[in-house]
Amino acid sequence: MIWDQKMECASRPEMKKLQSERLKKLVHYLWKGNAVYRRRFEHFNVKPSEIGDISDIRKLPVTVKEDLRDNYPFGLFTDYRHTTEIHVSSGTTGNPTVVGYTREDLKLWAQVMARSLALAGAVPGDMIQVAYGYGLFTGGLGAHYGALEMGLKVIPASSGQTKRQLKLMTDFRPRILACTPSYALFMLDEARALGIDPKASSWEIGIFGAEPWSESMRAQIEASWDMTATDIYGLSEIIGPGVAQECQHKAGLHFQWDVFYPEVLDPKTGENVKDGERGELVITTLTKRGIPLLRYRTRDIVTIEYSKCKCGRTTPRISKILGRTDDMLIIRGINVFPSQIEYVLLKIEGTQPHYLLVVDRQNNLDTLEVWVEVEEKMFSDEIKQMRALEETIKREIESVLGLDVKVKLVEPKSIERSEGKAKRVIDKRKI
Amino acid sequence: MTHIQLSVFLENKKGRLYDVCSFLGEHKVNIRALTVAESDNFGVLRLLVKDPQRVAGLLKGNSFVVNETEVVALEVNDKPGGLAKVLGAINKHHINVEYMYGFVEPKARKAMMVFRFDDPVAAVKALKADRIKVVSSKELGSI
Amino acid sequence: MSRVVRIHTSSGTTGIPTVIHHTQADLDAWTDLVARSITATGAGKPDIFQNMMTYGMFTGGLGLHYGAERVGMTVIPMGGGNTRRQIQIMKDFGTTVLHITPSYMLHLHAMLAECGVALKDLRLSKAYLGAEPYSEDTRRKIEKLWKIDVYNSYGLSEMNGPGVAFECVHKNGMHVWEDVYGVEVVDPLTGQALEDGRQGEVVFTNLLREATPLLRYRTRDIAAILKGSCPCGRTHRRISRIAGRTDDMLIINGVNVYPSQIESVIMKIPEVGNNYQIFLEKNGALDSLTVKVEISSGMFKGDLAQIDRLKERIRESLRASIIISPRVELHEPGSLPVFEGKAKRVVDERVKI
Repeated sequence: MIWDQKMECASRPEMKKLQSERLKKLVHYLWKGNAVYRRRFEHFNVKPSEIGDISDIRKLPVTVKEDLRDNYPFGLFTDYRHTTEIHVSSGTTGNPTVVGYTREDLKLWAQVMARSLALAGAVPGDMIQVAYGYGLFTGGLGAHYGALEMGLKVIPASSGQTKRQLKLMTDFRPRILACTPSYALFMLDEARALGIDPKASSWEIGIFGAEPWSESMRAQIEASWDMTATDIYGLSEIIGPGVAQECQHKAGLHFQWDVFYPEVLDPKTGENVKDGERGELVITTLTKRGIPLLRYRTRDIVTIEYSKCKCGRTTPRISKILGRTDDMLIIRGINVFPSQIEYVLLKIEGTQPHYLLVVDRQNNLDTLEVWVEVEEKMFSDEIKQMRALEETIKREIESVLGLDVKVKLVEPKSIERSEGKAKRVIDKRKI
Repeated sequence: MTHIQLSVFLENKKGRLYDVCSFLGEHKVNIRALTVAESDNFGVLRLLVKDPQRVAGLLKGNSFVVNETEVVALEVNDKPGGLAKVLGAINKHHINVEYMYGFVEPKARKAMMVFRFDDPVAAVKALKADRIKVVSSKELGSI
Repeated sequence: MSRVVRIHTSSGTTGIPTVIHHTQADLDAWTDLVARSITATGAGKPDIFQNMMTYGMFTGGLGLHYGAERVGMTVIPMGGGNTRRQIQIMKDFGTTVLHITPSYMLHLHAMLAECGVALKDLRLSKAYLGAEPYSEDTRRKIEKLWKIDVYNSYGLSEMNGPGVAFECVHKNGMHVWEDVYGVEVVDPLTGQALEDGRQGEVVFTNLLREATPLLRYRTRDIAAILKGSCPCGRTHRRISRIAGRTDDMLIINGVNVYPSQIESVIMKIPEVGNNYQIFLEKNGALDSLTVKVEISSGMFKGDLAQIDRLKERIRESLRASIIISPRVELHEPGSLPVFEGKAKRVVDERVKI
């Protein structure tokens, strides 16, 4: 089924008209209600009256993640008074990135998630097991709101506790599973160990996202669980999951462009790339009220395709995420910046920010090892003190990243430095 | 009456113990006593040497992480019950042992135990009062 | 079943979860009761609500979340843990109301100074405390430490979750929303109903629920229905704070754990010997769980790294089952106390708060 026929199947001229109107409104809204954007408009010498058509978006300044950090906590809110829900996600250093929703924003989120569920093949009455983390992470609550909007039966399983996940699956027989793709693979081994035949599982549709994955992973998930695996895209700065989602033809992720306007730009020049060429995805939230963002640089590299899909929808489709234009890592669905680790190490007494992140995937689960060079100031002859140090570093990093890590103390200068600049990441995962 | 013990941080990596020992050999450092404490992925090599300051400097100059700790060496009769007698005295004075290790000096039929106490100076005082033989730097150097 | 829109489960004694289904009408009714509870404490639209209870299947998180949104508060769905982040958000967003366990509330206070935050940097005015037992003295202590009002919250997932009974501004017992939950207090041995004012086991009946209505559900919680009326004018009777349990369920930092769950995990690990002990103590304000395990004599190879790995494996298996990550201590065979008959496996040295 198509959840919102009018928006998802609109003709190109209709959509252009709607987007143009929405962009005009947005620019006025920001001009009146947001000091940060107002200053920026003035700086770039753009007046709201100059924005008449969606193509005028190119006159507007871009927004980057650092803007969110620098204006923490309230600066980028355009409507804080009516905010009903706040999420924060990890920023690059120090201050977290704030995501604020008004009641209308939450409605919008539920709407785009309902569209996504329908894209994946869900129909009202289906049961969904949401195994994305609930709470501050937008994956869980996003899928939850969308499922309720659509009239699905929801099991808010949240992440982890694999045995219980499988028990819920066998006992309640949900048709839909929402989690990270690597977790879908991870659960295979546990299922087999429990004597559950994965092929006989109740899951028919998977809505997998929050991390990059490949066609070969898709093939493996589909063959082992005997299910259809679809890709979902979103980022909390924009709204959370629900920005784009594959339909059953799996020919790219349908982008909800009546509300999130996509551009694909050359990251160096900021110019539009030709259709079908790789570039950085830049998104404008056309209708958000709490924290609307203009031309937000996602750092995700994609291609975009504007032709009509076999499913009947006219929404453009983006490719899977082909890479990043920064050094962000996605580990078990959580965004990790090496600078965050550096920030933590600098705060712990005696430690030096000489570190290396070793990322691997073992039994389909991402692992993160943080190697830290031992300096004289932090070295003790007692094993238990060294272990306590390991434990402190581990706890501090975990508290910032929200991710289990293994800390390994290594000898000084054992982390390779190339031309004075240390290599910070070794990613052994083959995705 | 205390000694400076050198502790060296080592990764649990093949050949690391050899690296440090051959380095000491090249620099003509004779190791008096040694032990390795291990954890899952690192170890601490503890050693007693003659002229610890010089050796610490050598090691540090070769980018080893080195730590200097005050330890006490006690003489123990090399026969059944010898160690128990020493430990009895330590217990009596409520002295905390962080760790200990031993070696045997074959010629003298004496065993030597190296102790790391939470308060080494107080420990030496108490043990001497109990007629436990505390080994001096000179004696250690002559082994 | 066809109108079920949400399913919650809670930990069962044997690993089989207790399952509660909710229809849309059930969720609406639950949300209304939570909104009613919040309103009874004087909170409302302008408040900023930081929810530190776990989200997901545990009803503490989502239950208050929906109710708080209904009254129009701004909700920050933090979930549990990550104390530094919690404090930073409290300060940066001017949080006014918390939902939290009493032990975590104390712990949070102890961490303020370390985070460089003073009370005057905060705008906190209320906290809803639930999920674990605590005393009136602890309430007073928390109120003084934080200079806020503390309200007692009661609920159990079998009866939806939070919002079964809640204190009003007078803080003299929790009003049971009797239009939705029929309440009785019975003698746990005979099942005979007790008169108001006498302590016994609390029994609830769902009067409204469509999907999983339960008749006379025995909560295993011990409390009394309070006599007399409340000055707030609400006619719903009040129950006292929970005085204890009639079964061996442990509440560890707000999480319900049955000793049998722990046993079934560790006895599956071949290196584990015959005896074990569950040891509870306070580490600062928080509960700390240590599982002491005798190793079977055949497994020790004199290798410390191997012991580290075994400890880690036991810890991980326990965490997967009971959510809490315990400390694991390995002991020599025969060194843990053996008891005739039913082994006394649980040593609880926590000072009651």
